[in-house]
Amino acid sequence: MRRILGQASAPVQPVPGVARPGRLAAGLRYMRRNISLVVGLLLLVTLALFVGIGHMVVDTSKSRALSVPALRPPSLQYPFGTDRQGRDLLATMVAGTPLTLRIGFIAGLLGVGVGTILGFISAYYRGKLDTFIRGGVDIGLTVPGLLVLIIIAVSLKQSLTVNQMALVVASLAWLNPTRTIRAQVLSLRERGYVEVARLSGMSGPEIILQELMPNLLPYLAATLVNAVSSAILASIGLEVLGLGPVDAPTLGMTLYWVNYNAALINGWWWWWLAPLGIILIVFLGLFFLTVGLDEIANPRLRRAG
Amino acid sequence: MTADVLRVHDLLVYYDTPVGAVTAVNHISFSLKAGERLGLAGESGSGKSTLALSILRLLKPPGRIAAGEVWLDDVNLMTLSAEAMRQVRLAQIALIPQGSMNSLNPVMRIKEQIADALKDHGVRLSKRQVAERVHDLLQWVGLRPEVANMFPHELSGGMKQRACIAIAMSLRPKVIIADEPTSALDVVVQKQVMETLARIQTDLQAAVILVGHDMGLMAQFVDRLGVMYAGQLVEVSPVRDIFTQPLHPYTQMLIASLPSLAQKGTFQGIPGLPPALRALPPGCVFHPRCPHAVERCQTEAPLFREVRPHAWAACHLL
Amino acid sequence: MTTLLEAQHVTKIFSSGILDRHSTVALEDFSLAIDSERPSITAVVGESGSGKTTLARLLLGLVAPTRGKVLYKGQDLQSMAHAAWHAFRRDVQVIFQDPYEVYNPFYRVDHILNTPVAKFKLASSKAAARALIAEVLQAVGLRPEETLGRFPHQLSGGQRQRVMVARALLLRPRLIVADEPVSMVDASLRATILGALRTMHLEHGISIIYITHDLATAYQISDNIVVLYRGAVVEAGDVELVVKQPQHPYTQLLMSSIPLASAERTWTTETGTGTVGLQAAGSAGCKFVDRCPRAMAPCLQAVPPLFHTERHRVVSCYLYHSTPALAVAETGKEFTEPTR
Repeated sequence: MRRILGQASAPVQPVPGVARPGRLAAGLRYMRRNISLVVGLLLLVTLALFVGIGHMVVDTSKSRALSVPALRPPSLQYPFGTDRQGRDLLATMVAGTPLTLRIGFIAGLLGVGVGTILGFISAYYRGKLDTFIRGGVDIGLTVPGLLVLIIIAVSLKQSLTVNQMALVVASLAWLNPTRTIRAQVLSLRERGYVEVARLSGMSGPEIILQELMPNLLPYLAATLVNAVSSAILASIGLEVLGLGPVDAPTLGMTLYWVNYNAALINGWWWWWLAPLGIILIVFLGLFFLTVGLDEIANPRLRRAG
Repeated sequence: MTADVLRVHDLLVYYDTPVGAVTAVNHISFSLKAGERLGLAGESGSGKSTLALSILRLLKPPGRIAAGEVWLDDVNLMTLSAEAMRQVRLAQIALIPQGSMNSLNPVMRIKEQIADALKDHGVRLSKRQVAERVHDLLQWVGLRPEVANMFPHELSGGMKQRACIAIAMSLRPKVIIADEPTSALDVVVQKQVMETLARIQTDLQAAVILVGHDMGLMAQFVDRLGVMYAGQLVEVSPVRDIFTQPLHPYTQMLIASLPSLAQKGTFQGIPGLPPALRALPPGCVFHPRCPHAVERCQTEAPLFREVRPHAWAACHLL
Repeated sequence: MTTLLEAQHVTKIFSSGILDRHSTVALEDFSLAIDSERPSITAVVGESGSGKTTLARLLLGLVAPTRGKVLYKGQDLQSMAHAAWHAFRRDVQVIFQDPYEVYNPFYRVDHILNTPVAKFKLASSKAAARALIAEVLQAVGLRPEETLGRFPHQLSGGQRQRVMVARALLLRPRLIVADEPVSMVDASLRATILGALRTMHLEHGISIIYITHDLATAYQISDNIVVLYRGAVVEAGDVELVVKQPQHPYTQLLMSSIPLASAERTWTTETGTGTVGLQAAGSAGCKFVDRCPRAMAPCLQAVPPLFHTERHRVVSCYLYHSTPALAVAETGKEFTEPTR
């Protein structure tokens, strides 16, 4: 092909964008700036280690009732003490934490999964579909969530398993993600590169997956963490009210028993301190992680150079 | 012979980047006479905006002024304290910044913004006197008196720009630096705004430095034109000479690349790219793209000197 | 005459608000035909608010007209089948104004070149695709080894715009809609890119619709010109005629306001501080009437038709009512006769 544009005479140099140093060095330098991310990850990793090592070291069968002497304060033998029904609280925490997290994860994933699909479709195709979805979400969000969950949980005749719990919480978990993802996609779809993609012959789904999705990944990650956080909170709320899986040693159920047995008044401080401490670590970890991810997702920071 | 109202001597400005200090303004010297219109033309990255901000000491980090003097009459602005410099700004040198239409406070009425500027500079006037001054200023820039009570969003682009000119003129400065004042405006409005600026400048007997990249605008407005490239002044001449007998090869090629409305011709761009400021070529900064470059150009940077009466350029071939 | 792309009395109105609808007429009754046999370069000139960006998007099929039709080879874009759309996308391409916005920051610049190659099956194998991309990059003066593999922010605006030109070349379209392709590019590179467009036209027979606010570049590159004012065509015709002897008062105002880059001072008379009057949407008369120094009574009543004042020019102005008005069916086709 004949040249139609004169040669850029000097070798074309990349314009001052920072030269790319080693990946590791860049990663470490970023970690120093984004402290929230580091703190969040550290907290969650600590928790994971607690659970992981715990399962190897501690006998989790002692998390069932009547396995150990009741109401022992923390000692060398029972580092977290025991509760009134004879559960080793350390074993309960080790066994229960992953259950609570699992509920949160499943509900959060489902919520964000459905929310992503609905949000993308709604925002990209617009029109009547968008009005319908958006209307549904807006109405759904005005209804008090916990109330709905309570009604659902109460209507289910049998007692729930952990997985069923996750599904109950997931039933409402998709509302907020749909809304926020839709808002993000609405702004992204006006970008020049989306129009160029259309003109290059890409179809709607291809544009959603290849052009829009990659730019939304950090935002989706932040939304996921948020959704997991809300789901855990909702599940703990339901469990404390006694609507959760009664036989499982989840954190919320432990708090239910704490309540039921008036542990606070009776001075059995180790009983409520353990689950509350773990819940605190979970939420702090998720919170800092969200803040850290938000920083990555923030376009001002993401747009390089 | 009219005296110089502003003299920039050997100004050196760096930008500190993670990869080291980058020279944005490279030993620039020029002077400005009272009542004169000087243009500073250059493409993006040539350093013209940095130069304008440096003269007013409005440059923010990572930019820093490393050396040089800026003489306003007989005061070196670089030696003034921050407070003294603040007094000089607006009262003696005014800036009409780039995108100035967006630098109006959106929640204040125009009259309040003008009054603010006056108060800030210690002008003590009664309320009625301030109102009068505002009225006079608006009239001067060709705006209706009702504009005083309006908010910026109620004005069109051209009107906002004229409001900014009014603010800049409010203390009757000696020097006005206008950084691309009309870049966002339509051609017809642009002419009106520039005419307003010209009229005010004549009334005030002030000098104007017009910074921009529109050579046509320079041709029609300024008396003398300075051409910047990669942080350096490569030529300063009376504007007619720039267009009829350009001295520096960059100026020549730039003029040749401008599309004319007189007759159809061929498109002649300048091959290559402006150099990255952090990796300037040795010797003459233009030599990689210069069709007349010789060996000397690759090693020795040419001096900026007076080649003809009133015409300065930096080129070994002159 | 077969037309490649044709706009027939296209009107685009944007409305907003649910209860209190207020609408803006972005483009009104616009017609233009691009011949498929004889390639041409047509400039569409207008200031901001003239509707030129809306026009670009209508012609590319990115938005649908409120009234009127955009036809590709005689078929209405809004009712075309998928296969026809595919052919349309192949034949009609774009160069946008902003050389940063058009790149997806997630991908390297290769992505913007690989996508059309893949979607339109321009190469039979990976090696062939690489060779094709290298060829077009070299044709626009870029070195493939230094351009490919980089992210958009690592290239300058001029380089990115060159890559967009290369992308347009890949497809060998019949028509390129260039929406302000050089306004965000440095002056010294502008001439180069415009020269490339002209070469593409001369050597590959590609027609170009060059949309801009800059009359000087429009004059240099185009054969025909359409002047838009607030969504309506005020003057159109051979570019030498319109630029050298403008007949519509708006075109005359425009020409006298442009600062010429020459030693001669043309900014001699003051324009006066007339501001753009805010005509209510839907008022009947000529859109320029509130700024026009020659306004007359009929100007307030109805939009003037396009008067055929010369063989290769039409003007929408009652000053020329003595010349024949262009028949409605003929509007848009005034460029299809050979101009030289």
